[in-house]
Amino acid sequence: MGNIGLYIHIPFCKKKCLYCDFNSYDIKSLDENAYIDALIEEINFYANEQKYNFKTVFIGGGTPTIINPGNIVRIMQAVEKNIQTDAEITIECNPGTVDKKKIDIYKAIGINRISIGLQAWQDDLLGVIGRIHKREDFLRSFTLFRDSGFNNINVDLMFSLPGQNMDMWIETLTKVCNLGVEHLSCYSLIVEETTPIYALIQSGKLIIPDEDIDREMYKTAKEILNNYGLKQYEISNFSKDGLCCAHNLVYWNNEEYLGVGAGSHSKIGGKRFWNYSYVNEYIKNIRDKKSAIEGFENISILEDSWETIILGLRLNSGIALSDFNDKYKTNFLKQYEKTLIKLKEEALIQIQTDRVILTDKGQDLSNRVFVEFMK
Amino acid sequence: MTKERQKHIRNFCIIAHIDHGKSTLADRLIEKTGVIAIRDMEAQVLDNMDLEKERGITIKLTSVKLNYKSKDGEDYIYNLIDTPGHVDFTYEVSRSLAACEGAIVIVDATQGIEAQTLANVYLALDNNLELYPVINKIDLPSADPEFVKKEIEDVIGLDAGNAALISAKEGIGIEEVLEGIIKYIPHPQGDEDAPLKALIFDSLYDSYKGVIAYIRVIDGKVRPGMDIKMMSNGAIYEVVEVGTLRPAMFPSSELLAGEVGYITGSIKNVRDIHVGDTITDAKNPCLTPLPGYRKVTPMVYCGIYPADGADYNDLRDALEKLQLNDAALLFEPETSIALGFGFRCGFLGLLHMEIIQERLEREYNLDLVTTAPSVIYHIMKTNGEMVEVSNPTNMPSPQEIDYMEEPIVEASIMSPTEYVGTIMELCQNRRGIFKDMKYMEETRAIINYELPLNEIIYDFFDALKSRTKGYASFDYELKGYAKSDLVKLDILLNGENVDALSFIVHKEKAYNRGRAMAEKLKDVIPRQMFEIPIQAAVGQKIIARETVKALRKDVLAKCYGGDISRKKKLLEKQKEGKKRMRQVGSVELPQEAFMSVLKLDD
Repeated sequence: MGNIGLYIHIPFCKKKCLYCDFNSYDIKSLDENAYIDALIEEINFYANEQKYNFKTVFIGGGTPTIINPGNIVRIMQAVEKNIQTDAEITIECNPGTVDKKKIDIYKAIGINRISIGLQAWQDDLLGVIGRIHKREDFLRSFTLFRDSGFNNINVDLMFSLPGQNMDMWIETLTKVCNLGVEHLSCYSLIVEETTPIYALIQSGKLIIPDEDIDREMYKTAKEILNNYGLKQYEISNFSKDGLCCAHNLVYWNNEEYLGVGAGSHSKIGGKRFWNYSYVNEYIKNIRDKKSAIEGFENISILEDSWETIILGLRLNSGIALSDFNDKYKTNFLKQYEKTLIKLKEEALIQIQTDRVILTDKGQDLSNRVFVEFMK
Repeated sequence: MTKERQKHIRNFCIIAHIDHGKSTLADRLIEKTGVIAIRDMEAQVLDNMDLEKERGITIKLTSVKLNYKSKDGEDYIYNLIDTPGHVDFTYEVSRSLAACEGAIVIVDATQGIEAQTLANVYLALDNNLELYPVINKIDLPSADPEFVKKEIEDVIGLDAGNAALISAKEGIGIEEVLEGIIKYIPHPQGDEDAPLKALIFDSLYDSYKGVIAYIRVIDGKVRPGMDIKMMSNGAIYEVVEVGTLRPAMFPSSELLAGEVGYITGSIKNVRDIHVGDTITDAKNPCLTPLPGYRKVTPMVYCGIYPADGADYNDLRDALEKLQLNDAALLFEPETSIALGFGFRCGFLGLLHMEIIQERLEREYNLDLVTTAPSVIYHIMKTNGEMVEVSNPTNMPSPQEIDYMEEPIVEASIMSPTEYVGTIMELCQNRRGIFKDMKYMEETRAIINYELPLNEIIYDFFDALKSRTKGYASFDYELKGYAKSDLVKLDILLNGENVDALSFIVHKEKAYNRGRAMAEKLKDVIPRQMFEIPIQAAVGQKIIARETVKALRKDVLAKCYGGDISRKKKLLEKQKEGKKRMRQVGSVELPQEAFMSVLKLDD
């Protein structure tokens, strides 16, 4: 087995945010230790049965930093022997959930990248979207990480939030950039139908900026971040030179990854498979010595090539044609000739010597592009 | 002897408003006379199409032969002939009435007489039928049989003294009705020895037997091997089989004067059989045909196109199959720049159109795009020629037109008096000409209007229903053509005329309709890669304009490992949606855009 990415899911939060549709639950309602026991059993299954070598590890959630740091230690011990020496190891963190003791433990067990969910600089905006932290909590956490020597920190931000205007967005961007972060993710709010914020917006209780303002905010982010040396490398991601998120690049390069924990997805050997989402169902299956896997699908070569296209085009480096042609034994430019001509005419893509990339307009309308490549 | 035999036959039908219990009473009569064992009885046996059951209406009529032993021990044959219960099928109703000597008139004890009942009562009286009133639903708490009796006497002028009080649902009073039929409905009095004279009141296509004609023998007899002649066109066929319907086909050696049944010959096309036509003996024909025959002509037309051009042949096959059993359905190929290859289809009316569209989609699994309905306009050209136009695209250029005529109907609307004002307002808005208004009793009135047919084919029913909380009932009949100031309204998208969106409208209404149409299209056309101007035009003159703004954002901000399958499904859905759109020039149009004109509230 080659080098793959490892995703570890911690499905607990203190409180779910109004826009969140992730697989996460109130930590008080569930048994943390039982979950970690099951998780370690699942990790051991993969570690013992097959030879995996993890080049990246991403502990995500939920809020991984709210659980007992001893449990993070147990998890890392379970995967330790399969981790490559120079691996990027990230933990997601919400402001106000860490103290010096926790951070020192993370450092000691080899975690070398932090991703903090700030979302917005303004406390009232944070309140509107149901975040339970304040800006001060973020600053305190951020400083603690820095003081402990973490030199690769990402901050998550959101735009098109209810009540957010351009000034607020610019303030958020500049304040965070001035802290000298290495990496930024800027997400346009996705209003999922299953979330409370959807109902609030539908009923007119919350109003989100329109499509035109949304795109202005996006454009502004690209400009400001570029000035701070944070280069865009994916539709929603920006980093200082050489500090792209290696784990997420595994997804966008359509490489193989293993996901462990409730609801995690994996893609290995032409198959995609996923675990039971509900924490107790996941625990029970593992306890009963049954598989945690709820389902799988085989990915045909054709489908895989489409995934390579739609994931690869998310990157500013686009699709490398020679790699694509080698992998799928085809000639990309020929195979998609008509599509490429149309998309080029619509100024959605650019074709370079060995690459196809999205234009700025193409990034705004990327779904249109992806659909065109669908067979 | 021949008279004696006919004294024991009763041919009748049931007249009722939708939901007043026609099918339920038919079920009870069938059940009581034991034709079908109760356990085999599906609810409402005469309505055998799924669609009919769902809508609670009868589309295709059938008849059934029942054997009844009366209380005094005599054996009777009852031929119950079912009639479709909707205004679109007036002619078919009139022909099945003509096959009977009498009719049971059902009136709902809680609702009283409705426009449709009255319309059919008049048809029955035109055909010299004896009427036997039956008041249904007397078990309901709100039933008021005395009031309904009085209404029957006042409005229809029928003696309600003999009216049966029943509940078809609960099986109350059914025996009284069975006895009443003998008493109040006359027996046939045909001449068995005269040359054959039989009325076709329906036909059906069967893949083994070919066309099956349902007939009522008036005079003479018909038996297999005989050559028969259709009096409308002189076509001659050899009879292969005759029989009765119980309700399954039951072959017999002959059908005699006064009897109802079916015949088959090697008749390939349902079009060769005309409802209302007279069948006679080819060798010994009768002198004159039965009165009342006319060729059925569609009144409402629309374009039907496959959503996916590849389904064109499937659509043609489906239309051909439907036409086998529906002589009133017309279709011919047509081409639209916007919609590609499809068919212009003619229907008896709006309901008929909706039924055909639904059957195509449901029974033949076709995904359709239909254009707004149109009527047939008579266009007098300056060169003296008259052309009939049912597709706005075929309208000659204005300088070639001397004047135009449009079909006018006589409409009668029955309603509680409190809604008279709002109904009159609606009819005035639809260019109606008030004829008269009669009070049926203190609280109900019947209002008669002359209305252009093109004003009621859009959303008149819906508007009437919503303005009267569903209390008004409506019936219409074609009166003729009248000169009218009509124009063709075109819709331009991104500067291009979209032929399938054009419609013909009265000049005075063009501005409002054009504006409403542009607004409606703005709502239904999704944002696209570029800005799309929508214009409504009469000739060269733009009368309304709207704009669909360009799409700025169509992106998934997040896509990580766990998101990929979900996002893929989303994109697949988007692709599906795109497939369902029609590419018209540079613009992608959703299917509902072509029906927009139907949903303009005014």
